[in-house]
Amino acid sequence: MGKDFSSALRPAIVMTILFAALLGLAYPLAMTGIGQALFPAQANGSLVRDANGRVIGSTVVGQAFVSARYFQTRPSAAGKGYDGLASSGSNLGPTSQALADRVKADVAARRVEGVTGAIPADLVTASGSGLDPDLSPAAAQAQVARIARVRGIAGERVSALIAVHVVRPLIGDPHVNVLALNRALDALR
Amino acid sequence: MTFQGWFLILLFVGILLALTRPVGLWLHALYEGRRTPLHVVLGPVERGFYRLSGIDPTVEQGWRRYAIHMLLFNTALLMLTYAVLRLQGVLPGNPQGLAGLSPDLAFNTAISFTTNTNWQSYGGEGTMSNLSQMLGLTIHNFLSAATGIALAFALFRGFARREAKAIGNFWADVTRITLYLLLPICIAYTLFLIASGVPQTLAGAVDVSTLEGARQSILLGPVASQEAIKMLGTNGGGFFNANSAHPFENPSALINFVQMLSIFAIGFGLTWTFGKAVGNTRQGWAILAAMVMLFLAGVTVTYAQEAAGNPILHSLGVAGGNMEGKEVRFGIAASALFSVVTTAASCGAVNAMLDSFTPLGGLIPLFNMQLGEVVIGGVGAGIYGFLLFAILAVFVAGLMVGRTPEYVGKKIEAREVKLAVLAIAVLPLVILGFAALSSVVQPGLAGPLNKGPHGFSEILYAFTSAVGNNGSAFAGLTANTPYYNALLGVAMWFGRFFVIVPMLAIAGSLAAKKYTPESAGSFPTTGGLWVGLLVGIILILGGLTFLPSLALGPIADHLSMIRGQLF
Repeated sequence: MGKDFSSALRPAIVMTILFAALLGLAYPLAMTGIGQALFPAQANGSLVRDANGRVIGSTVVGQAFVSARYFQTRPSAAGKGYDGLASSGSNLGPTSQALADRVKADVAARRVEGVTGAIPADLVTASGSGLDPDLSPAAAQAQVARIARVRGIAGERVSALIAVHVVRPLIGDPHVNVLALNRALDALR
Repeated sequence: MTFQGWFLILLFVGILLALTRPVGLWLHALYEGRRTPLHVVLGPVERGFYRLSGIDPTVEQGWRRYAIHMLLFNTALLMLTYAVLRLQGVLPGNPQGLAGLSPDLAFNTAISFTTNTNWQSYGGEGTMSNLSQMLGLTIHNFLSAATGIALAFALFRGFARREAKAIGNFWADVTRITLYLLLPICIAYTLFLIASGVPQTLAGAVDVSTLEGARQSILLGPVASQEAIKMLGTNGGGFFNANSAHPFENPSALINFVQMLSIFAIGFGLTWTFGKAVGNTRQGWAILAAMVMLFLAGVTVTYAQEAAGNPILHSLGVAGGNMEGKEVRFGIAASALFSVVTTAASCGAVNAMLDSFTPLGGLIPLFNMQLGEVVIGGVGAGIYGFLLFAILAVFVAGLMVGRTPEYVGKKIEAREVKLAVLAIAVLPLVILGFAALSSVVQPGLAGPLNKGPHGFSEILYAFTSAVGNNGSAFAGLTANTPYYNALLGVAMWFGRFFVIVPMLAIAGSLAAKKYTPESAGSFPTTGGLWVGLLVGIILILGGLTFLPSLALGPIADHLSMIRGQLF
C-alpha cells in the first residue's frame, strides 16, 4: 500500500501541472485566437450596432422591451429584467402562489390592452435564462392591435412584419427575434 | 405533444444508434492502446507527458495501485482548483474584478468539478473569472470525464481477461482518452459553436444602449471552449448561471440538438466497446437496449406532462404547455428531451429550469438520477454503474434457477455481489440520509425557495443530484451557504469514490478468474428475457428505495396542482 502511494506521488503532481497547462491554458487560448481570427463577429457576442456605430444589442441575447410602442419581451427573472450579468429563471414551481399571482397580473394587463381569448403561454411566463431573445409567432400576434393603435398604423402592416421575421427551423419551434422585429417596426414609415 | 416533437425525439435516438458502432470502435482502439491516425500529431505530446512524470505506460497495475494512482491524481487536481478559486482576486484573467471564493464555496466547487458533478452553488457571471473558468474548471471537465472512461476500461478488462493480475495502466488510459478522443473532438466542436454564435474571448462585459434607451451589460468570455467539453464529457457546469438555457451557451435549436447528441455519444459507444472487449458485441447491444427502453419511457412521461401544461395557469386564461422556465427557440419538446437526456447521463446541464417543470415532468429527471444514472449515464460512470446492476441481475437469475451465476464468461460469486451491493447502497444511504436531515434542521429548511411539497422536492433533488454526480438542480434552492456547500460537497465525494473503489475491487477480482465457457445451463445475457430482467431489477431497486420520498415531493405536488392548491 505504501509503495503504491509513493509511486503515485510524482506522476500525480507532474501530470496535474502538464494537463493544467494543456487543457486550462493552451486549449482555451488557442481556441480564442482561432475563433477571433475566423469568426470575429460571433466570438465577440454577435453585437448589433446602429448607424453611428453604437452597440445597441446582440442578435443572440435578448433585451427588455416594456414600452407599448414595441413588441414586448417575455417576463424575465434575470436581475431586474434582462440583466446580462445575472441570467436566471424564476424557479417558481407549478403550485407556487407567487407564480399564479404574477401570471394573473400579466394576464389582466393583456386584457386591458384588449387581448381576448387564451393568452399564448410564452407571453406571460419567464424564460429559463431571463434573456430569451424570441417570442412565439402567437405571442407577437397578440400585440399587433396595441402597437397599431399606439403607432397609428394599419394592423395588417404590423402583422406582415411578423410574417417576414418568423424563423421556421427544420428542428425546433417557430419563433421571431424581438430586437430584429422592433428595429423593422421603427423602420416602417 | 406534436408530430414534430416526436420526430425530433426519434431522429435523436436514430442518429445515436447510427453513431454507436463508430464511436465504440474508436474507443476500443484506445481501450487496447492501439495506434490511431492522431498519433502522428499528438504522439509526441503523449510520450513527453510520460517522460516528464516518470511513467512507463507499458507497466500495468493491479486494482489497488490503479485505484490509488487515480485517487491521488484527482486529489492533486482538486487542490489546484481550490487554490485557483481562492486566489482568484489576485490572479490575472479577471476582467470583471471578481473577488476570491469563500472557503466553503471553493471546497464545494472543487469537489463538484473533480467528481464530474458540476453542481454549482454559484452563478457563473458574478463569481468566476475567465481564468477560473479555464484553469480551475475546464481542466476537470476533461479529466473527470477521462477518469470515468478509464475506470470503465479497467472494469471491461476485469471481465475480458483470464487469470490476470493487472487491469491496465491508469496514466496511459487517462492520457490516451484525453489526447486522442476528448481534445480533438472539442477543438472541432468549439469552432462549430463559435461559428454558431457562442462567444470566445478574454474580454469581459460589453455595455449596450438598448433600443428603448436603457443600459444593459452583456457578459462575454471564453464560453465555447468550455461548452464543448461540458457536453461531451457529461459535465454540465455552465459558464453562465442559466447554463444551456442562456442564449450564449445554446443559441439555437440546432445547437441544442448537437449538444444533446454530444452528451450521449460516448455513453452509447461505450456499450459497444464493452461487447467488443468481452468478445460478443451482442452483449453490448443488450445493455444498450435496456438503457434506451428506460430512456424513451422517461421522455414520454416528461414530454406528455410538459405539453399538457399547468391547469392552474390554464384556469387563469393561459393557453398551451408549460413554458415557465423554458426558452421559445427550443419549445416544449426539445426542453423535455434535454431534461431527460441530461439526467439520464450524469451531465446536469439544463436548457430549461427544472424547478418550474410540472411535478411529474420534473419527477423523471429526479428518478433518472435515483436509478443510479445508468440509463446511458455519465461517460464511463454510466456503463460501470450499469454493470454493477448486471451483476445483481445475474445473481437474481442464478437464485431463481439455483446455479452459480455467470456473466460474459466469468462466474459471479459472493465477493462480487457483496461489493456491487456496497457500491449501489451508497446512493440511497447518502441521498435519503442527508435529505431527511435537511428537512428538519434550520439551515436545511432555510434553503428552499418554494413552499409545500415542492420545497421538499428542491432538497431531495439537490442531494440526489450531488450523490449521483449529476449537477442539475431545482435551482430555487439557496445552496451557497456553509451548510449546503459542506454537505453537498461530502455527498458528491461519497457518490463518486465510494462507488468507484468497490467497482475497481470487482474488476480486480474478476480479472483473476478463469474463463467459464457458456453451457446449456448458462442464463443467456443477450436476448429479450435478459433485457427485461435488467430493466426490472433497475426499476424495482430504484422504485422500492425512493418511492416514499417521491410521494412526499413530486407526487404530492402533482395532486396539489390538480386540486388547484397553491403554496
